Parts: sequence; structure tokens; C-alpha cells
Amino acid sequence: MLKIENLTATVGEGEDAKTILNGLSLAVPAGEVHAIMGPNGAGKSTLSYVLTGREGYAVTGGTATLDGADLLSMEPEARAAKGMFLSFQYPVEIPGVPVMTFVRTAMNAQRKARGEAEISAPDFIKKSREIAKVLSLDPEMLKRPVNVGFSGGEKKRLEIYQMMMLEPRFMVLDETDSGLDIDALRTVAEGVNALRAPSRGMLVITHYQRLLDYIKPDKVHVLAKGRIIKTGGPELAHRLEAEGYDGVLAEAV
Amino acid sequence: MDCCGGIDEHDEECADVKVKPGIDAGTVEAAKRLESENYSAGFITDIEMEFAPKGLNEDTVRFISAKKGEPEWLLAYRLDAYRRWLTLEEPTWARVNYPKIDYQAYYYYAAPKDAAKYKSIDEVPQEILDTYAKLGIPLREAEVLLGVEGAAETAATAREKPRVAVDAVFDSVSVATTFREELKKAGVIFMSISEAVHEYPELVKKYLGTVVPASDNFFATLNAAVFSDGTFVYVPKGVRCPMELSTYFRMNAESTGQFERTLIIADEGAYVSYLEGCTAPMRDENQLHAAVVELVALDDAEIKYSTVQNWWPGDEDGKGGIYNFVTKRGDCRGARSKISWTQVETGSAITWKYPSCILRGDDSVGEFYSIAVTNGRQQADTGTKMIHLGKRTKSRIISKGISAGKSDNTYRGLVSIHKKAEGARNFTQCDSLLIGSRCGAHTVPYIENRRADAQLEHEATTTKLSEDQLFYVRQRGIGEEQAVALLVNGFVRDVLQELPMEFAVEAQKLLEVSLEGSVG
Repeated sequence: MLKIENLTATVGEGEDAKTILNGLSLAVPAGEVHAIMGPNGAGKSTLSYVLTGREGYAVTGGTATLDGADLLSMEPEARAAKGMFLSFQYPVEIPGVPVMTFVRTAMNAQRKARGEAEISAPDFIKKSREIAKVLSLDPEMLKRPVNVGFSGGEKKRLEIYQMMMLEPRFMVLDETDSGLDIDALRTVAEGVNALRAPSRGMLVITHYQRLLDYIKPDKVHVLAKGRIIKTGGPELAHRLEAEGYDGVLAEAV
Repeated sequence: MDCCGGIDEHDEECADVKVKPGIDAGTVEAAKRLESENYSAGFITDIEMEFAPKGLNEDTVRFISAKKGEPEWLLAYRLDAYRRWLTLEEPTWARVNYPKIDYQAYYYYAAPKDAAKYKSIDEVPQEILDTYAKLGIPLREAEVLLGVEGAAETAATAREKPRVAVDAVFDSVSVATTFREELKKAGVIFMSISEAVHEYPELVKKYLGTVVPASDNFFATLNAAVFSDGTFVYVPKGVRCPMELSTYFRMNAESTGQFERTLIIADEGAYVSYLEGCTAPMRDENQLHAAVVELVALDDAEIKYSTVQNWWPGDEDGKGGIYNFVTKRGDCRGARSKISWTQVETGSAITWKYPSCILRGDDSVGEFYSIAVTNGRQQADTGTKMIHLGKRTKSRIISKGISAGKSDNTYRGLVSIHKKAEGARNFTQCDSLLIGSRCGAHTVPYIENRRADAQLEHEATTTKLSEDQLFYVRQRGIGEEQAVALLVNGFVRDVLQELPMEFAVEAQKLLEVSLEGSVG
């Protein structure tokens, strides 16, 4: 499903350009959840931005495809219509634009790009209600402007709400656990797990093992110095939690 | 307003925001609907016109007055203003730059030939009816329901039959006024000011120039000398005007100045909501527009005045466009009266406009809600004055400036609390949004306070349409142009909500069109 081969990317321009991804290769087959762990500055967030097409990052080599389609040549909105979704580490405030308006605009834009019919207002509202319930979101919150005045935990839950509404094919969760208390973490994980399906893939970027107790990965990759230095099963995450990254980093050299 | 020498002046030039051009579907539709690329109202109507001789002198003033068959007192009023104007200097304190205006290069009167003779809508030439129809303003009453897509639907739920009476001003004359008879039954007088001078001379004489005196400022004085046409509204005691009233100003003729004059009076306990719309063809030379609007609200009366201004802004290089020098002022003459200005300013090469309220009556309320958009090379210097004279008077100012392209956008406002304005209150909020890296936003708030018990609040923010926001919205699948429109609409939402429903939709589309290509 998601296939990344030998990806290199830089941030900054001219002499200030810094290589962040350095020959990263990774494959997430449909139906699987992979975790990416790694020390600060390893390139985890850069990977999520490069995959979703944020400006300011230059891809200098390699490929990234989703279901065979070249992601790197597409505009961010086209990647979204193709099914890429990023749950942001730092969700952005959009003053004056209510959550429901925003998500419905996004949903219809994606549907239009795919040549599908728009969702009707009653269908949209019904779906929104159901998902808000799963995530214990106050329906009043969905009438407020996107992320404005929301707590850190509310913002993260709103990311998952959007994800469940938009039903993407491939999800990248960037440090979704940061800023969540244990109850919120459990609620968020429930939402994420509800989206697990044989046709979907997921990349969970995290610092800590903790989230992986709730979202069980099929594989765990260690990202350091811009590439995957080790891949293993869920037990790898436990080892990292116990030993830190030093051991794994030393082995990789 | 020369007083606004820059107390507490904030200046922001925007940092780099990189965005690529693209076209949003809604924008395309809006533009296609009116068959042009960007400025959909830019067409020229080919019709035989009658002009005053080019230039301005006493004879021009006499010509205009004679054309309208005005009484002696009005001619004297005009001539007096003209002589005074000759002694005045054009103001230079606003943050706008334009080549010196040659006042002798304009026509001060232009009217479709035979315009004076239109007795009914059936006599108005088809070309003019077509012009308004093309702009979405049908003038036959049976067709009247502003041609705004989607508006009918939403408005219908709010009110049963949204109807809007229109006074259509074509260059220097009013060519048609709809729903007059029906309004008359309610006691509401709605007609062109030229007609009102003949039919209701006492009313006109009693109020004309009492809010904006002929000596007020350079442009207002010029207007007093050569004003052409505009709208007169009188709502009698206790009457709530049964429909929205509006004037649609169209500047068509080449090298012509339009000097409209509008006078609205709400007698005790009356209510009226009035809207003006403005467009002009795309022409290479600059056209001059210097209007005066006077509002009078007596005890317990309320006037809501909304403007959607879409004059031709000139091309990308700043060639052509309207010079818009407007004096608008409302007088809350009576106790508990209320005047509310809402403006959406997207057009004109130069905008110089400060709709103001004189809060004379005790407990009177003044409001100013503004969205000013500048793109290309447009320059806008706009804001308001709230003059608190009466006890417990309240005012509220919400201004949203959006700058894009190489434009400059200035908010300039005065809040003045006089000695007797016990317990006066003002709230001011000025927000600026910058799109791109070559535009400017400036805020010049000015406060004069002579009362220790006055409550004054001022908030100002300047934000850049951020890369973070754009990326976040696009990551959810929304294309770039639509993303900008969504963010801008969010930014102006609290002001859009102040517009009558029928026009909010139109204003929203206008914003999209105005900002098209702004992110290139």
C-alpha cells in the first residue's frame, strides 16, 4: 500500500539546506499498522510532512507511492483525495470557521476530486453525531471554530474526529499521544482502532511505547539519522522503552 | 480627521508567504455567472448620453441645477459651496498616493439622453434595464428579488418573501425606483433626491446639509456644489419600513465624476435598513466618485446602512480605477436612537471613507462594521469616527482589513468622548490579515477623552495568512484557492453576519473574486 524507497529530503534553502531524510525505505502493506519510533531530531515529523506535501521540504531522491500512485508529484489536496491523512502533532487554529463547516467542506472537496457525489446535510450530521459520541466530544464543540480555545487533549481528539469523518485510506499519526492523559489516550486509541481495516494502512509516529499498548502495531521501526536502522515486532518497542535508543543506535553503526 | 497624526500607530509589513495561483470552483462560478474573468461588472453600456460641458466652473453648477429644475435656494446652496470649494485644499493626511487630480478634466454631469422624461419603468431604455439585469439587479418589480444565487433559499426561511426596493442611479441620474407605491402606502418616502427636492421641498430643506455641512471638507464641499443624484428616504413616526431599501450606483460614462447625495431620515421610533451597491466599467483612466451620505435618526429610531462597494479597482499595474472620496455621517439626533454602518469595500483604486456617527441623543448607539479588501495596487484608508456627545452613549467598531498583492490598507478611527457624555462606552476591534509579502496593513486609532468615567476598549491584531493554516486546510483535501477563501471568510465572519442575509451571500462571493490570484 504505502511504499517508500530510498527517500532523501532536505529542509532549508541553498547553503542552509540540511539533509533530514537520508535514504529512508519503508513498506506498509494494506491492513497493517506500523509504528515509527526514534530519538528527537531523527526526522519523524519531516517524514510525515514529506508524505503529505508540506512546503519547505525538498525531496532530493527516492520515491513514495500510495497504491502505486506517485505521492510526491501531487499537491497536498490531491494526496488527501487519494486517501492520505495526517493527524498533526500541533493542530492549527482556524478562527471563524466552525468545525462542522470545515470538515464538510473538506469531505465534499475530496469527494468532488474523486468524482463522487456530495454528502447530504442530514447524512453528514448523523455521521458527525455518531463519531462525536465515540470520542466523547461535546457536540457544541463542533460548532465552534476549529481548534480555537481547545485544550491540547481536545485538539488531538478533534484530529481523530476528522480522521473518522473523512475515512482516509492511509493515516499518519504524528505524536498523537503527546498532551493526552491516560483516559483521553484510551478514547483516542478506540477511535483509531475502529478505523483498522484490511484495506487501510497506518503509520504511528511516537516517542513512547505507551500509545502502542492501545494501538497494537504489526511492526516497529526505529528511525534515526534520517533512515530506518532497525525493524522488529511489538517487542522492539518494549526494549526501547526499557533501554533507550543508545543500544539500538550502537548496533546500527 | 487631520488629527490622526499617528498616535499609537502600528505598522506591519508582511513576511513572505509562498502560495501558488489556482482557481477555486466557487470563484469560477461567481465570475462566470457575470461573464468576465475577474471584475465581472466591468462592461460598458452603449447608450446615447448627455453631458455638461467638461470641467468645473459656476456655469457647470448652474447647468446641473437647471437640468434638475431646482428651486432658487438650492442653486444658492450649490454656488455658495462652489465658491467655498475654490478656497479649500485637497487633504493629504490619508495614507494614499495618487497623481494630482485635474478637476477640469472631468464631466460633472452625464445622463442618458431623455432621462428626465422617464415616467415609468416602461420608458427606461432596454440597454439600461439590461445593464442592471446583468449586474443582478432587475428593475421590474415582478422580477425583483435580488439575483443572488442561494440567497433566495436561505432568506426565504428567514422571512417569507424577501423583497428589496431599488433606486437605480446611472451616472448622474436616477433612472428607476421600484416599489414606490407600495412603500408610500406604509408612509415611507423612497425616491431620488432630485425628485424629493420637488415633491418634499420642506423635508429636504430641513435636513439637507445638517449632518455633513457644505463646509465639512474638500470633497464634501465639492459634492455640495455639483451633487447629481442619490436617494431620499423618509420613514415616518413609528413605522418599520416593510422592506429593505437599496440604491445601486453605476458609473458608466467616460471621464465622469459621480457625486451622489443620499439623505435618510428615520423619524421617532422608525426603523429602516438600507443597502447601497456600486460598480463601474473597466476603464483606463481614473474616474472620480465623491459622495455624501447623511443619516438622521430621531428619538428611538434605528437606521441600518450597509454598503457593498465594488467599484473598478484598476488593473494589476494600477492603471485606471475609481477614486472614491466619500463622506458618510449619521446623526443620532434623538434619545435612544441607533445608527449602524456595515461596509464591504472590495473595489476602487483609492478609498478614502470614514462613515461616522454623532451620538447626540442620550443613550444613543453607533456601530461600525467593516471589511476592507485591497489587492493589486489598491489603496484604502478607511475607518470611522464615533463622536460621543450624549449621556450613556455607546459605540462599537469592528474593522477587518485584508491586504493582498501590492496593496496598502489603513484603518483610521477616532473615538471622541465629550464633556457631557457621562458614562459613554466604546469598544474597538481592528484586525488585519496579510496575504503575500508585498502588501501593507496599518492601524491608526485616535482617542479623545474628556470624561474620567468613560469606558474605552481597544483591541488590534495583525495576522498573516499562515503557511501552517494553509497546509492544514489543504491536507484535509481543500484546494488552495478555496482554502484561502475559507480562511478569509473565517476572518471576516463576525462582520458578514451584520449584513442583511440577501447580501451576505453576495458579499462572500465578492470576497472570493476580489482575492482571486492574490496568493500568486
